[in-house]
Amino acid sequence: MATFFTFDLAMDLTPIWLTLKLASITTLVLLLIGLPLAYWLSKGRSIVKIILEAIITMPLVLPPSVLGFYLLLAFSPQHGIGKWLHEIFNIQFVFSFQGLILASIIYSMPFMIGPIKSALQQLPLSLSQASYTLGKTERQTFIKVLLPNIRSSVLTAVILTFAHTLGEFGVVLMIGGNIPNVTRVASIAVYDSVENMDYHAANVYSLILFSITFIMVISVFVFNKYKAKSPLE
Amino acid sequence: MISIDIEKKLKAYKGQQVLKIAAQFTVGSITKIYGPSGAGKTTFLKIIAGLIDPEKGKITIGDTLWLDTAANFSLSPQKRKVGFVFQNYALFPNMTVQQHLEYATDDALWIKRLLEIGKLETFTEHKPEYLSGGQQQRLAILRAMAIKPQLLLMDEPFSALDPKMKSEIIPELKLLWGELGTTTLIVSHNPQELEGLAELELYIENQ
Repeated sequence: MATFFTFDLAMDLTPIWLTLKLASITTLVLLLIGLPLAYWLSKGRSIVKIILEAIITMPLVLPPSVLGFYLLLAFSPQHGIGKWLHEIFNIQFVFSFQGLILASIIYSMPFMIGPIKSALQQLPLSLSQASYTLGKTERQTFIKVLLPNIRSSVLTAVILTFAHTLGEFGVVLMIGGNIPNVTRVASIAVYDSVENMDYHAANVYSLILFSITFIMVISVFVFNKYKAKSPLE
Repeated sequence: MISIDIEKKLKAYKGQQVLKIAAQFTVGSITKIYGPSGAGKTTFLKIIAGLIDPEKGKITIGDTLWLDTAANFSLSPQKRKVGFVFQNYALFPNMTVQQHLEYATDDALWIKRLLEIGKLETFTEHKPEYLSGGQQQRLAILRAMAIKPQLLLMDEPFSALDPKMKSEIIPELKLLWGELGTTTLIVSHNPQELEGLAELELYIENQ
C-alpha cells in the first residue's frame, strides 16, 4: 500500500504534458472562435442559429464514442474530406495530435459557448444601444463595453473548457488511438495502466488530473469572488 | 427643421396597437413628450435614434435623410449620433465616471465642464455601483452631452433628482443646449417637471 501513493520520478509523464498541451491549444482556439460565435448567437433568433446551437450542444448529450466514430469516418485518409486533406495538404487527422485538437474543439465547444452566450444575453440591451449612440461600432462596443462586463463568465468558460478537455476519453481514443508520445493523453494512460494492472501509474496519472481539475474549479469560485453558486452557472 | 413621420406596430396587452406620429421640431427647440404608459414614448425616441426600425416612416434632419422606409434606407445609430439619456441610465458597470465621458469624447476641457455642471467632479473615479441614483442619472445626462449632440433625446431624465439638484442642473443644461444649438426631446411622466423648460409639447396617445 505504501508504494501505491509514492511518486516515481522516472515515471513517464509525457501523457500529462500531452494532455496539458492539448487542453491549452483547445482552450485558446475555442476562446478565439467562441467569443465572436457566442456574440453572434446571443443576438436574436433565426432558424440557422437554432440549428447551429443544436449542433454545438450535441456533444453534451451524445455518447463520446458516437462523435469519435463519425469523426473517424469523416477524417479517414481513405474517404471524403480526410482523403482530400491528405492528398492536397498532406494533413492527417486520424491517429495524430492534430486530430485530437480537432476532436477536442468540437467536443468542448458547448463549454466555451454556453457561459459566454448566456452572459451576453443577460446584459441589458441598452448598454450596447448607449454605446452605438456615442458613435461606437459593434466591434468597439463588444471590446470596450460588453466583454469587460462578462469577464467572470469568460473566465468560467475558459476554465470549464480546459478542465473538460483534460478529462476527455471516448472521442480522444476513437480518433487518436493510443500512440505513446503522440496521442496517449492522461485519460488514455489511466485506462491503459489499469488494463496492464499497473495501478501505481494509474493512480499517479489520476491524482495529477484530479488535482489540476480541482484547483481549476476552485479558482472559478475565487476569481468570481464567490458570486457563482456553481461552476456551471 | 427636424421632420418625423413614422408608423410602428407595438405589442400591447390586448393585441397590437399602432404608434403613428407625424411631427416637426424647430432646430434648438425643447419639446416635452408625454402620454399614458405603453403609448410608445420610449419607442418613438429609439426610432429617432435608429435603435428601432419602424414599419413605415421618414425622418429628415435639415437636409440630411436619416430614414426612408420607402427607399429601404436607414442611417445607422452611429452615424445619427444623437445624445440619448436612457430611462434605466444604461451606464457601463466597468467604467468610472471619468471613463464614461472619455469613452464618448477626447475633449478634456469639455469633460471638465460637464463634470462641474453635473457636480460629479469628486466622483470621477467611482463606478456606477458606487453612485447614488441621482448621481447615476446625472452621469447618464453628461455622457449624452459629451458628444455635443445636435439632437438630444431624454427618457425620464430628471426622475431621480431631488428638487434642489433639478433646479440647479436644468438651467445649466439649457445654457449648454443654447450654446450648441441642440434640439431636445424630453419624455416625462410628470407634467410639472418641465414647466419653464419645454417650449413645445407632443402628446402621444394609445391608438
